[in-house]
Amino acid sequence: MAVSEQGLLERNKETMTLNMGPQHPSTHGVFRVILEMDGELVNTSEPEIGYLHTGIEKTSEAKRYSHVIPMTDRLDYLNPPGNNLAFCLTTEKLLEIDIPKRAQYIRVMMCELARIGSHLLWLGTHALDIGAMTVFLYAWREREMILDLNELISGVRMMTSFIRVGGVAQDAQPEWLKGVRDFVDYLPDKVDEYERLLTNNPIWMDRTQGVGVISREEAINYSLSGPCLRASGANWDFRKKRPYSSYEEFRFDIPVYRNGDVFDRYKVRIDEIRQSREIIVQALKNLPEGPYKAEDSKVSLPPRETLKTSMEALIHHFKLSAEGFKVPRGEAYVPVEGPRGEVGFYIVSDGSVIPYRVKLRAPSYMAIPGMCKMMEGCFIADVVAVIGSVDIVMGEVDR
Amino acid sequence: MIDSVIDFLAPYTFLIVGAVKAVIIAIGLLSSVPLLVWLERRLMGRFQVRLGPNRVGPFGLGQPFADSLKLLFKESIVQNSADKFLFYLAPAVVVFTAIVTFSLIPFGKPFEIFDQKIGMWVANVNVGILFVFAISSMGIYGIVLAGLSSNNKYSLMGGLRSSAQMISYELTLGLAALGVIMITGSLNLQEIVDAQKTVPNILLQPLAFVLFYIAGVAETNRAPFDLPEAEQELVAGFHTEYSGMKFAMFFMGEYINMITMSALITLLFLGGWHSYIIPVPDLLFIGPLLVFSVKVFILLCILIWLRSTFPRIRYDRLMTFGWKILVPLAMLNLMVTSVFIVIF
Repeated sequence: MAVSEQGLLERNKETMTLNMGPQHPSTHGVFRVILEMDGELVNTSEPEIGYLHTGIEKTSEAKRYSHVIPMTDRLDYLNPPGNNLAFCLTTEKLLEIDIPKRAQYIRVMMCELARIGSHLLWLGTHALDIGAMTVFLYAWREREMILDLNELISGVRMMTSFIRVGGVAQDAQPEWLKGVRDFVDYLPDKVDEYERLLTNNPIWMDRTQGVGVISREEAINYSLSGPCLRASGANWDFRKKRPYSSYEEFRFDIPVYRNGDVFDRYKVRIDEIRQSREIIVQALKNLPEGPYKAEDSKVSLPPRETLKTSMEALIHHFKLSAEGFKVPRGEAYVPVEGPRGEVGFYIVSDGSVIPYRVKLRAPSYMAIPGMCKMMEGCFIADVVAVIGSVDIVMGEVDR
Repeated sequence: MIDSVIDFLAPYTFLIVGAVKAVIIAIGLLSSVPLLVWLERRLMGRFQVRLGPNRVGPFGLGQPFADSLKLLFKESIVQNSADKFLFYLAPAVVVFTAIVTFSLIPFGKPFEIFDQKIGMWVANVNVGILFVFAISSMGIYGIVLAGLSSNNKYSLMGGLRSSAQMISYELTLGLAALGVIMITGSLNLQEIVDAQKTVPNILLQPLAFVLFYIAGVAETNRAPFDLPEAEQELVAGFHTEYSGMKFAMFFMGEYINMITMSALITLLFLGGWHSYIIPVPDLLFIGPLLVFSVKVFILLCILIWLRSTFPRIRYDRLMTFGWKILVPLAMLNLMVTSVFIVIF
């Protein structure tokens, strides 16, 4: 009797399947998740990706190294310099060339500006998902300045492609440096303003604290990286642990929080905005003089003015433009710390001017299983908060 | 000839006056909705460091009219799986109840013209406030039916949420209003206002005012309690499947409810058309109407301000907040009020 009653209960326990996305206002692009709902509670969630497939990885196998760089911009479109840097560092490792200090510092500044921009966009959209409309527009006001700075230095607002193999595309102009200085002076007040609107707001705390919790062990097991990992209490940041591009010369802290909920992920990112600002301030102060790209003419174009006087420069210019540079046979992987976590390109070279295989380690892609774990047992309103807090960019998930 | 017509019509004057008033008020109400939409968009723009609509007409005043014209000409899509009758009925219910509720709101002192005493309302019902609550809670039917008939899971959840929310917050609304009714001793809205000639009720019933305001925001489905249409979770909640004019009707209903709720708060707590510190001359009906409108306007601005400041409360927290905090507080307020009435 008891058994049959149990069976009856099981059968009566109806759940509802709810399809969220790919066209949904809060799935950040074209992410789709199929939720099995018990009332307003989520039982299980099943992610579905592939709606933004671009084929960038495959296309890279038919393009010269320098031509892959603009495509990397389009992977994580909120962090173009970070992607450029990851690709260039790996290529440079295969080429075994040294990068001048000035170029490294400009790269650091570009990457940290992109990190601030990415976090601002995340903050705005995440707050909007939870219903705080005004923060969205405040954050975009500051992000606009970063885009203007990008335009000033590279001519493009988002897809800068500014970091090249061997250095950067151009030297940092005094106007740009002044613009960056003005921006870092302006930023702290505004970050305080966001915090005033959100951090101690009871509704915000209610919506974010204790929601979408993932423990340190689980976070590591699910291969989370970046702010999601640091919010769970793991102190892991490639800028500190395996410094690249002279990050060892900067003094900055890695914000780490313990609870692993949506609120801590928010706090980590807010603190990272401040720390990135510190890095930029130091980079501006200590920016060394010197060349902005490697003086190895096999890889980077010779200076324009030498073309008319030097035969060799002309030959290099022609060869580089028409054929590209050959990369020695081998394979390499150099991870960098992007706004969303570990970004790295695994490149296999067969010794030609075209990479044999390019594989991206995309933090958003790696975060999706962990994100679905966080969703279980949440309310449907929390699903939106969790998706927002993990900060996925579909461009690098489907590549 | 004319005399005989006038004699014939004389007993029906109240009908004619009533009809004219109803038409004027309905038109005034419906045309204030676009203005409110404009006000909201402009104010939100200022709050959010942007301009808001400023292209159509002076100060962008033509924008809401352009928008409603667009909605009027939009194709009205009804999906095959919808329950057609209920699907069409739902928006009508929402707008109908919203307009009928407003007909009970007095917004000025009665004045005399051509030997006729004319009240600034469509209907002066003795149990006015009860009637307002009764009719406005019928608006829930519109929302629930919309959620149910759309045959869409997001709509259904929006409809369910809103019925739960509105029923729970109506309790607080009623309990908070009860304090005012007790000190006035009348359910008639006009008498409640008259009783506040010297002191507005907000000073006598501050807690009830706060409770009523919060519950009123929830009752009108405005942020931070806009769960039924939480666009980030439920796409657009109960009106996800609606388009064109039917969607505009939901929109209209929401904004009329905003006006009604602000008017009700003005009547119950802010002394209606009485002005306190600054003396305002009557000038037939213009003075009191102006005072009343200014108060309603300020309350509407606060509603918009709330929307641009707060994140949205989660569904379960909303219910907890309603049942565990607001209702006990309202009860407490009621008890304290009755003790005071008995003692003094």
